[in-house]
Amino acid sequence: MQSKKMRWTASMFWSSIGKKLLMALTGFCLCGFLITHLFGNLLLYSGKETFNAYSERLNSLGLISRFIELGLLFFAVIHVIIGAILFFQNLKARPVQYIVNKRAGGRTIGSATMPYTGFLLLTFVIFHLINFHFTDKTYATIYQIVSSTFTKPGYVTIYIAAIFITAIHIRHGFWSAFQTIGANHPKYMPVIRVISILFSIILGIGFGSIPIYMSLTG
Amino acid sequence: MTTTINLTLKVWRQKSHAVKGGLETYPSRHIPTDMSFLEMLDVVNEQLTLNGKDPIAFDHDCREGICGMCGAVVNGRPHGPEKGTTLCQLHMRHFSDGDTIVIEPWRSRAFPVIKDLATDRSALDQIIQAGGYVSVNTGSVPEANTIMISQETAELAMDAAACIGCGACAAACPNGSSMLFTGAKVSQLALLPQGKPEAATRAAEMVRTMDACGFGNCTNEAECEAECPKEISITHIARLNREFIKTGFLS
Ligand code: HEM
Ligand code: FES
Repeated sequence: MQSKKMRWTASMFWSSIGKKLLMALTGFCLCGFLITHLFGNLLLYSGKETFNAYSERLNSLGLISRFIELGLLFFAVIHVIIGAILFFQNLKARPVQYIVNKRAGGRTIGSATMPYTGFLLLTFVIFHLINFHFTDKTYATIYQIVSSTFTKPGYVTIYIAAIFITAIHIRHGFWSAFQTIGANHPKYMPVIRVISILFSIILGIGFGSIPIYMSLTG
Repeated sequence: MTTTINLTLKVWRQKSHAVKGGLETYPSRHIPTDMSFLEMLDVVNEQLTLNGKDPIAFDHDCREGICGMCGAVVNGRPHGPEKGTTLCQLHMRHFSDGDTIVIEPWRSRAFPVIKDLATDRSALDQIIQAGGYVSVNTGSVPEANTIMISQETAELAMDAAACIGCGACAAACPNGSSMLFTGAKVSQLALLPQGKPEAATRAAEMVRTMDACGFGNCTNEAECEAECPKEISITHIARLNREFIKTGFLS
């Protein structure tokens, strides 16, 4: 009996809505991460000491911070794998394409590009981790690493482009995740849609200003 | 005075599912603008028949926007460019003299082309069979108003029940998903007490069948809502998602 229930639940996760729910829940967690990450990074504005102290503090949490990192990695892997499966399944759902394609007004730039912005995000996250996470920190503080990275115009450009792409992904992703978990009410949905746009603008300006500021101040 | 217009049609012609199809060009001349789109096709078909050619196959029945049989993609828009209108209710006054109109069938793996513009939409019937019903005792008709339903709930259920099952949602969806159809069919029953006995498995079974039919996965593009001839809202998809969570994970 128990195993039958388990099989039922597992098959539900593999259904179209089940996969969407996994996208929404992992997407929400990643959004939560982005918010804390933004607050942490904004400490760069209060100078070297504060930012290095913040970084020390994170590292001194030891196991807790390893645990959170592993959790995020787990959510990111699920998000990427299910996202890729959805993309390929959806391609297959229309074997013969229309000759004339026209939008009726539902689609946005964000919604039409989710798999592509997602894939670009994935490559950026790997690049970003190599830059700042898996880098030798014996001879330099994290502040020094960040500020020397952003003296190079190429890096500044890549980071700003990546943040722009993140903002586009979130602009659709945030409200879409509410719709997926069933939280669509005529009273609240317009508010959620506005928050979705504000959220992506705040992310864009918050993260995007950092490389510019660092490159100007050194 | 009736105005008439001349058009050029580019119509998808395909003899059967097994053979390849393609666009054919036909002139459509002296069309009164008071005609409906299907009547315009009738005129073209008469001419084709007189010329000894195969008329264009397309589905239709009521021609008053209630049966859900008609439907084709007109210049990239299911049921044509007018909001909240079925193809049979689309009038030629919305077109201009000299227009070129491209007409294609619904495109979805779940809707194989039978011939020309006619597609096999029995996948939608399978979704209904999986759970889109209520159990009713036979016998005498029950007393009216024995079960009280608030006006607001009744209206919401009616909004969902407006779905005529034409399949335009799946045709419009960039992912070929029929979530708006399934959402409407689950919603109309989930909102009413009469739908409660089967509610424990309805959403899960209907979604499972929908997936098996070959429809894509909804990514909340909302193109369906914009194209639906009955203007059904994607809030009904959200209700389906809630029902699915209840039946799939919490029961
Ligand atoms: C910081 C990183 C990321 C965040 C915060 C994020 C957030 C989100 C959110 C909230 C959704 C909406 C879920 C829903 O509609 O229910 C979503 C959808 C999606 N994400 Fe991400 N995502 C991130 C990274 C990625 C990456 C790396 C990929 C790589 C492939 C990706 C691919 C997708 C795809 C394809 C969808 C659309 C799926 C659908 O709508 O069915 N995302 N994301
Ligand atoms: S023919 Fe019945 S809805 Fe168009």
